[in-house]
Amino acid sequence: MAGSNKDNAKISLADSGRPLWLVSELSYRCPLQCSYCSNPVDFSRHKAELNTEQWVDVFKQARELGTVQLGFSGGEPAVRKDLEELIQEARAMGFYTNLITSMVGVSEARLGRILDSGIDHIQVSFQAADASLNDLIAGTECFEHKIKMCKAIKAAGLPMVLNVVIHKGNIDQIEQIIQFAEELDADYLELATAQYYGFALLNRDRLLPSRAQLTRAEKIAKQYQDSLAGKMKIFYIIPDYYEKKPKPCMHGWGKVFLTVAPDGTALPCHSARELPGIDFPNVVGNNLSDIWYESSAFNHFRGDHWMKETCRSCPEKDKDFGGCRCQAYLLAQDAEEADPACEKSPHHHLMEEAISASEAKPFGEGLIYRNSANSKLFLK
Amino acid sequence: MNTAIKFRNAYVLNSGFRLQWEKAQDSYVLLYPEGMVQLSFSASEVLLLCDGKNTAAEVITVLEEKFPDAEGLAVDVKEFLQEAIDNGWLE
Repeated sequence: MAGSNKDNAKISLADSGRPLWLVSELSYRCPLQCSYCSNPVDFSRHKAELNTEQWVDVFKQARELGTVQLGFSGGEPAVRKDLEELIQEARAMGFYTNLITSMVGVSEARLGRILDSGIDHIQVSFQAADASLNDLIAGTECFEHKIKMCKAIKAAGLPMVLNVVIHKGNIDQIEQIIQFAEELDADYLELATAQYYGFALLNRDRLLPSRAQLTRAEKIAKQYQDSLAGKMKIFYIIPDYYEKKPKPCMHGWGKVFLTVAPDGTALPCHSARELPGIDFPNVVGNNLSDIWYESSAFNHFRGDHWMKETCRSCPEKDKDFGGCRCQAYLLAQDAEEADPACEKSPHHHLMEEAISASEAKPFGEGLIYRNSANSKLFLK
Repeated sequence: MNTAIKFRNAYVLNSGFRLQWEKAQDSYVLLYPEGMVQLSFSASEVLLLCDGKNTAAEVITVLEEKFPDAEGLAVDVKEFLQEAIDNGWLE
């Protein structure tokens, strides 16, 4: 599954200028069809995938640049038969290896091999706290299987991290979700409100929770954060649409995060390929150090030279870097605008309008599922 | 809930945490799910001794022998260990 929580990074090191985090999107293929997926809606256009050797070469170069965290993501990374081999290679280079998975399509024997490969952390996605809603959202039957896999991960002595993307359809069962995670003895629970990129943006009216839903959920999450302190760590991330200040997206463009898409395209974040007019380099034929330090794409939104007046004169510009470039482009149709999440943005009203528009629409009917048939509708 | 440090306890890094030398940062770092903390020299000296065998008291003794000129070392180490326990780094 592709994380829709763009800002849940817990790297606590301030600005280092090095790509500390490498997200390897091994494949856009995925057995799930979540309507809030942050993969590009035209993902079926990008079918090419780097081979094993090419990935290992990317890892080697990243390690030399000082990368420490390596995420295996997608799509579903486990669709790649060489996943274990990639983990093993990366682990031997000294990476902390994170597998971001739905566990769908992974048998117990396969999980055993993944654990043997030296994976440091497996984050399992759940869609809800009960089978019927979980499987409805995922678009496939998988709830019981996920539970079995979580127990095996825990038994192997790995930290158990559950990730649940929160939206209109499951936010009212937030208490059940927390209790469910507690029953599974999870060490961390990420309650990551859907962020609206890719498929999530298409489905925004049917996903964005109401203010009343959000207020209630926030209160419950806070209560459990306190009562479970020291036992299970709960991260709770609210949608930008209810913020007054933008998030420091990706900790700044080209500052900490490097994403490599399945076809080898290097991106400062997994949504960035939606931005027009930027030529993102490919790791095939380009040295990773040149991509990070020299390419025009990675320098495009570094510093503040690109900022418009709203941001340039703002005292917060060194803290939030003007917010998210993708959100500025998707909502204000200009990637150099202030993130509309900021109340100073002349486009902030678009977020308030989106909240109003979503209140009239129920979750469920009319959702566009993330699958290749729907993706092909977006091929121009 | 979090617990207070006991001198007779032997602490060890929690599951999922890894202490590692990073050449690029010229320091030790603590790695954990999706996160990293860059450690100061003294923090890494303490954590390197937390192997599940040395008790907290022994960690202090070893460091006092290694750095005889450091003033107030026992108090600093105790405070740091407590912080590390509170952060969930040590168990």
